[in-house]
Amino acid sequence: MMFIPLWKRVLVFVTVILSFAYTLPNFVSEETRTQWQQSLPSWMPSKSVSLGLDLQGGAHLLLQADIESVVKKRVDDVEQYVRRTMKSDDLSYTKIESGKDGVTVTLKSEDDVSALRKIFRQADEKLVLDTEGLVVAAHFDESGLKDITDKTISQSIEVVSRRVNGTGTKEPIIQRQGTDRILVQLPGMENPERVKDLLNKTAQLTFHLVSMTGEGLNVTSLPMREDPTSKLPLNRRPLMTGEDLVDANPTFQDGAPIVSFRLSSKGAKKFCDVTRDNVDKPFAVVLDGEIITAPRINEAICGGNAVITGNFTVQEASDLSLLLRAGALPTSLKIVEERTVGPSLGSDSVEAGKVATLVAFLLIIMFMCASYRLFGVFASIALFVNMFLIIALLSMLQATLTLPGIAGIVLTMGMAVDANVLIFERIREEIRNGRSIISSMDTGYEKAMASIIDSNLTTLIAGIVLYAVGTGPIKGFAVTMSIGIATSLFSAIMLTRLMLVIWLKTTKPKALPV
Amino acid sequence: MRLFHFADNLNIDFVKGRYLAFIITGIMVLGSIGLIATKGLNFGIDFSGGIMMEIQTPDVPDLTKMRSELNELGLGSISIQEFGTAKDIMIRVPEQHGGEDAQKEAIQKIRETIDASYASSDIKVEYRRSEYVGPQVGDELKQSGLIAFLLTIAAILGYIWYRFEWQFGVAAIITLVHDTVTVVGLFSLLWMNFDLGTLAAVLLVAGYSTNDTVIVFDRIRENRRKFKKTPMYDIINMSVNQTMARTLNTSFTTLLSLIALWVFGGEVIRDFVNAMIFGIVIGTYSSVYVASSTLMYFKFEDSDKRGDADASEDEAASNDAPEDGAKV
Repeated sequence: MMFIPLWKRVLVFVTVILSFAYTLPNFVSEETRTQWQQSLPSWMPSKSVSLGLDLQGGAHLLLQADIESVVKKRVDDVEQYVRRTMKSDDLSYTKIESGKDGVTVTLKSEDDVSALRKIFRQADEKLVLDTEGLVVAAHFDESGLKDITDKTISQSIEVVSRRVNGTGTKEPIIQRQGTDRILVQLPGMENPERVKDLLNKTAQLTFHLVSMTGEGLNVTSLPMREDPTSKLPLNRRPLMTGEDLVDANPTFQDGAPIVSFRLSSKGAKKFCDVTRDNVDKPFAVVLDGEIITAPRINEAICGGNAVITGNFTVQEASDLSLLLRAGALPTSLKIVEERTVGPSLGSDSVEAGKVATLVAFLLIIMFMCASYRLFGVFASIALFVNMFLIIALLSMLQATLTLPGIAGIVLTMGMAVDANVLIFERIREEIRNGRSIISSMDTGYEKAMASIIDSNLTTLIAGIVLYAVGTGPIKGFAVTMSIGIATSLFSAIMLTRLMLVIWLKTTKPKALPV
Repeated sequence: MRLFHFADNLNIDFVKGRYLAFIITGIMVLGSIGLIATKGLNFGIDFSGGIMMEIQTPDVPDLTKMRSELNELGLGSISIQEFGTAKDIMIRVPEQHGGEDAQKEAIQKIRETIDASYASSDIKVEYRRSEYVGPQVGDELKQSGLIAFLLTIAAILGYIWYRFEWQFGVAAIITLVHDTVTVVGLFSLLWMNFDLGTLAAVLLVAGYSTNDTVIVFDRIRENRRKFKKTPMYDIINMSVNQTMARTLNTSFTTLLSLIALWVFGGEVIRDFVNAMIFGIVIGTYSSVYVASSTLMYFKFEDSDKRGDADASEDEAASNDAPEDGAKV
């Protein structure tokens, strides 16, 4: 007990110094921190604790992608292709059926089976084929569906990122969550309505001719944006889609906000052709099933530049350009969870957390000093260092601190002294049993150690499991608690012990003040 | 002089009081299960889904008036309650039928109604927080919460199983179930908001209570080795008495932190703190009266055999000690 090797002393000393150093960035201004980050090597302390949305204010959106409709569209495409090709290749069938994840064809002749299989392969290479007599069934299996989901989500994330970045939000977090969800975190965003409106739209832009024949199989009636009750019949097949669009910007024409767009060279040629062929006919610009505008084509438009007019407000024109620039989402996204915290509540929570931490700290050291006198002072110093260790680790690991996380810190303070309580109580007991000072301290440490390890490990296990499987507040809480337990073992065991040994050697006391 | 001398040199016959304790424990556990089964829990929107808004009004609002105004909107049963101070109001609205737009519309209507009643005021109502959780997400959060709960318990028990004889493991399970069920039961009884944060607190109570139990078990194991002829009854009493000072001191320092959190930590985490405070109190009681008393009813190997088994275990124990504490 009395002998602590030099390397251990150095280790304790260095750890304490480092914990102070890495806590430092949390106490300087934002500008100083940025300066440090630019001028110091990356391992040097320059990062502060990153605050969760509940502490800095902001919006948290969880979007669910409609994968089912993507799969349905793929299946429909396969069915269309197979029907068309069988017709042109003269294959005769009795039945063609499409289900949730595949198409089944019943042929008339067994000779056609291999031809049909080939057609399926060409239609979609991800299809899995089963043949039973005259029936050929093609479906997307689990890996095919997973592939579709993965592609849809990664495309969606790209589009969502472009849209969110277009609004000028600082440091948004956009990432996949689970299989078919996208998490969007917008720090500092107080009113996420605009972003929600932007993410709500798939932004599928199409140009259609207005149908002259009226109703029919190839005609669809769509509502006007400004007046959903009035509808126009359009040719179902679009002349062009928004795919060929390379840029879009809000601008003004005769004082009214409009959107100008530019097409790729391929798109420009296509647009030139279709407008030349349809001069003097009315056509419609359709976004997500709504007719934005339905002007008459006055002349062929061949430069690749065109405008969309439509009684926009300035905001609407700029949002539409942003949507067109960012491209269409592969599927619709639905908001399944939304949490918004105003900046005032966030800073109130930070303040409340600081006060609670400080008060808890003071109450505990008062109790410890009253209860264990000088040993209590040692434990209090250890607790003080422990606070710095926690903040230093949080800053270094860049773990996100949330309000439940602060609760975790405050709570670990109460529990951090447990190790010292165990040791001190044990030392007291040994003294009552008539042992000498050195021998009591020795036995106290030795015997308390098994209990300390057991008890802290059980709580640490709970913390780690909670971190691994928990969500939201549970995770935030588990991070600080697990860190707190780990650091408290260091401060309560190594640090107090070093202090005790130095004190014993320098003062050589006749009785222990526990 | 020291101010606090909690439980030095105690010699209380804790085990004798076990029958009374079993009755109390039985009432608490059965009562809790009954309450959870019949009355259920006041699930927050994390689990039930729906809309929640926290607002701060410029002056103390007339809640009855606000309630009747908002109920006229026909959005289902709207709950309005004070949140911390009289000016902070929490409004909860059930999930609206009709998808995303319906939720948006409901929030819009509520805002308009509230803003209208403060139209003449210079200071506007502040919308401090608004949350929406879809029903599917709510169900998933419930499910993942349950999984987190079961995994945590399994992990803790796995550790105890590894470190102690099986009798201790069983006693620890009983204690753990007792503590968590009672805390959840109390939430049902007082109809307090049960959300993700509260669940985290219940899980932490599980960890804390086991921690407390393990300390007593450690001492029982130690004393069984030291006093091989002493009956279990006395071993348990001796161990509980010896660890009582630590049990009370640690519970007390933890309670001090929780009190600081309760008073100064803000309304947002109050449910969490409530759950923890119940849990610490119940966990302290149970480590003495449930965990230790339960051990009375297990048959342990007789003392001769114990000696043999312990010789090897002692070695293992000293190897386990990570610090070089024995060197002087």
